[in-house]
Amino acid sequence: MVKLDVNGRAHEIDVDPDTPLLWVLREQLGMTGTKYGCGVAQCGACTVHVDGQVTRSCQLPVGSVSGKVLTIEGLSPDSSHPVQAAWLAHQVPQCGYCQSGQIMAAVALLNEKPQPTNDDINEAMTNICRCGTYQRIRVAIHSVAGGKA
Amino acid sequence: MGVVNRRRFLATAVGGGFTLAWALPGGVMEAVAQTAPGTPLTPASAGGTPVGIWVVIKPDDTTVIRIARSEMGQGTLTGLAQLVADELGADWKKVTTEYVPPEANQANKRAWGEMLTGGSQGIRQSVDYVRQGGAAARTMLEQAAAAQWGVAPSECRGHEGAVTHAASGKRLRYGQLAEAAGKLPVPRDVALKAPGDWTIIGKPLPRLDTVEKTNGAAVYAIDVALPGMLLAAVAQCPVFGGKLAGFDAPAVQGMPGVRHVLPVGDNAVAVVADTWWQAKTALEKLPVTWDEGPGAQENSKAIAARLAEGLDATTAAVGNQAGDAPGVLAKAKRTVTATYGAPFLNHATLEPMNCTAKMDGDRLEVWVGTQNGDATLAAAAEASGVPLDRVRVNKYLLGGGFGRRGQQDYTRQAVLLAKQIPGRPVKLIWSREEDMQHGYYRPITQCKLTAALDDAGNVDALHVRISGQSILAYLAPNRLNNGVDMAQFQGLIPAEFGYNAIPNLLIDHAMRNTAVPVGFWRGVNHNQNAVYVECFIDELAAVAGRDPLEFRRAMLAKSPKHLAVLNAAAERAGWGTPPPSGVFRGICQNCGFGSFTAAVAEVSVSKAGDLKILRIVAATNPGYVVNPDQVTAQVEGSFTYGMSALLYSENTVEGGRVVESNFDSYQVARMADTPKIETVLAPTGGFWGGVGEPTIAVAAPAVLNAIYAATGKRIRTLPLKNADLSHA
Repeated sequence: MVKLDVNGRAHEIDVDPDTPLLWVLREQLGMTGTKYGCGVAQCGACTVHVDGQVTRSCQLPVGSVSGKVLTIEGLSPDSSHPVQAAWLAHQVPQCGYCQSGQIMAAVALLNEKPQPTNDDINEAMTNICRCGTYQRIRVAIHSVAGGKA
Repeated sequence: MGVVNRRRFLATAVGGGFTLAWALPGGVMEAVAQTAPGTPLTPASAGGTPVGIWVVIKPDDTTVIRIARSEMGQGTLTGLAQLVADELGADWKKVTTEYVPPEANQANKRAWGEMLTGGSQGIRQSVDYVRQGGAAARTMLEQAAAAQWGVAPSECRGHEGAVTHAASGKRLRYGQLAEAAGKLPVPRDVALKAPGDWTIIGKPLPRLDTVEKTNGAAVYAIDVALPGMLLAAVAQCPVFGGKLAGFDAPAVQGMPGVRHVLPVGDNAVAVVADTWWQAKTALEKLPVTWDEGPGAQENSKAIAARLAEGLDATTAAVGNQAGDAPGVLAKAKRTVTATYGAPFLNHATLEPMNCTAKMDGDRLEVWVGTQNGDATLAAAAEASGVPLDRVRVNKYLLGGGFGRRGQQDYTRQAVLLAKQIPGRPVKLIWSREEDMQHGYYRPITQCKLTAALDDAGNVDALHVRISGQSILAYLAPNRLNNGVDMAQFQGLIPAEFGYNAIPNLLIDHAMRNTAVPVGFWRGVNHNQNAVYVECFIDELAAVAGRDPLEFRRAMLAKSPKHLAVLNAAAERAGWGTPPPSGVFRGICQNCGFGSFTAAVAEVSVSKAGDLKILRIVAATNPGYVVNPDQVTAQVEGSFTYGMSALLYSENTVEGGRVVESNFDSYQVARMADTPKIETVLAPTGGFWGGVGEPTIAVAAPAVLNAIYAATGKRIRTLPLKNADLSHA
């Protein structure tokens, strides 16, 4: 049995500890907001936080996770987190598939650097968006930093 | 074949994979009825009353607008709803949407028209009949109110979700009228609003699908969960055209969670397990032998040589011709020649291909993201052997489409698996590696351009020879026109080409096919055709010693819409004013998917060759703009998709298989690559053009021309990762 704390809730899961956290979230826990895109930590669709650290969950064996996991579903009870609100205000998503990961990456960035520069954003936001919403993501992050979300 | 017909052919041809339908736009219009057995189709409209076929209204005024096309990020769900809602006189705050199930469309003689979502035609090819649907419903609501009040319908007005009678001040909400209105005959040919009367069309309204895309609640096909569902991982023969020769199922059957190891058609094998991770883990351990077949001989070097031969071949299909280009070129004093090329490209939708299917007796149900619900229904029925009327297709949001999800291969695979495991839903998910190696790639082409300049530096003759693979020859050879694939001439046919004033013109295509499957990749053939023409025009301007903008302006004198959008981009970019030190500009234009686009790029390139794209000004004239904010989003996104192809993306072939396997070897544009993108909306009205693709065509040439301005180097082969931009 693997013990896992996700969004403040404790789970005991009967799963091979080598299974990536991503697939445990999606398959054992049914939390499908976190997405599979590449499986090799390249695209960031699977981004979650572990003890506040931005983490690509597709390559993280669940058995190695001892910290608290935060997923998109746990970010706010009503989509009201300032980053979510900024995403809505700036109409960021297109297909939307990457956006859970983008939002989790942006939250981590803003937690670490409340006033990120463009270079900070370039460095931290390496998640792939095939629809090409990068410009709006940048604007939305700046709007949160400026308290205008 | 006249210009208009050719263009219609093209607009239809670029759409995507068709199994059921191949109707010209005019044919579609006629086929679309405004009546059909109008029972609510999905839980979203349960409890409501259909008023006509496009609108369901509930007692609480919730207004469900039915959408036949697919939402893959391009905003068509919201745009189509705006078109219907405006004519309906809806209260936008009450508007929601539901997909028309493909089987309902099929059972009702395709009353909801074309489901295909490709070729940037979701809105422009259905605008008239969906507006008609909204107008018919409003008329029915007005008639119902008039009957209740005993007044003439002409005295009643449906507006903002209610019918009012001005003389008496009476008012009834649509939710109060729907039940009576739904019983009335559906009127035909209701007058539509003039553009000046639009209140919802043309407004930058927020999308209807954003909230669930910010909290993880949006459900894509990959997220589908069903009772008793099994998960499947699949491996298809890595060599194109190869077959499955055998596999050693017992080697993995004892692995955790594994339930079945099964063939999928004649070229793939799947492991079916309790979870996808278990299935994938077992599949990687499964010994498989392939019959690679003759496709194993194919490789990038051989393909390049085959295409190069086509550049000078004596036989080629003509797409655009005037005067005597070969004759003038043969005698010209001053000629310029250049050869360009563009590689195969995978769509790389971020959601890999997947489909869930369940066979239950003689019934089949699938859960899938598709750009063509009609074709998915047909393909699922065909693969299962079940009659069409016993198949259900549940459409989901697409985690990207870009043309890839117009194909039905992944749906067929899921159905073939489900047939072998009756009674259990099976969700088939491709790994990224599987997705990368089994695409319908953007076709590889090369292009040789030759021009004659007269003494004044004007282009007297131009020959554009494209050599390369044909999409239709692979996907639908029966739709070739006497062996010619007219879609290869996107942007170059008379109706789209801006430079028809060139007195001697020849644009032709030598079809040189390969063993690699090809398909419709966002922007399709405009992508490379615009690079070829717009970079070469830039070369000619330089040889003639003319400013690239002025040179184009003179050549576009007979193409006022091309010229206007070019001017709009140039003006916003400040062309003619000096750019900041170290910054260089490039410009280009294109016409495609019914819209006119132009772009100016500003770049810097260090001596060592490090490129920075600093600013893009992208202008577009799509005729009418349904939602300015969403059109802007599509311009931004199109530029970025085109930028991936410009900078990084390339699929190569060795041993008959694609070399690249994931986003480490197939890089795409990311945040750090993204410049400031300024969108200039320059709509003239008067026509409905597409917006999901047109801007892609101008992304690469604008940047390439700016790179020339910065470095003096002409980069003629994409992507730029292979080019050396260092300069003195």
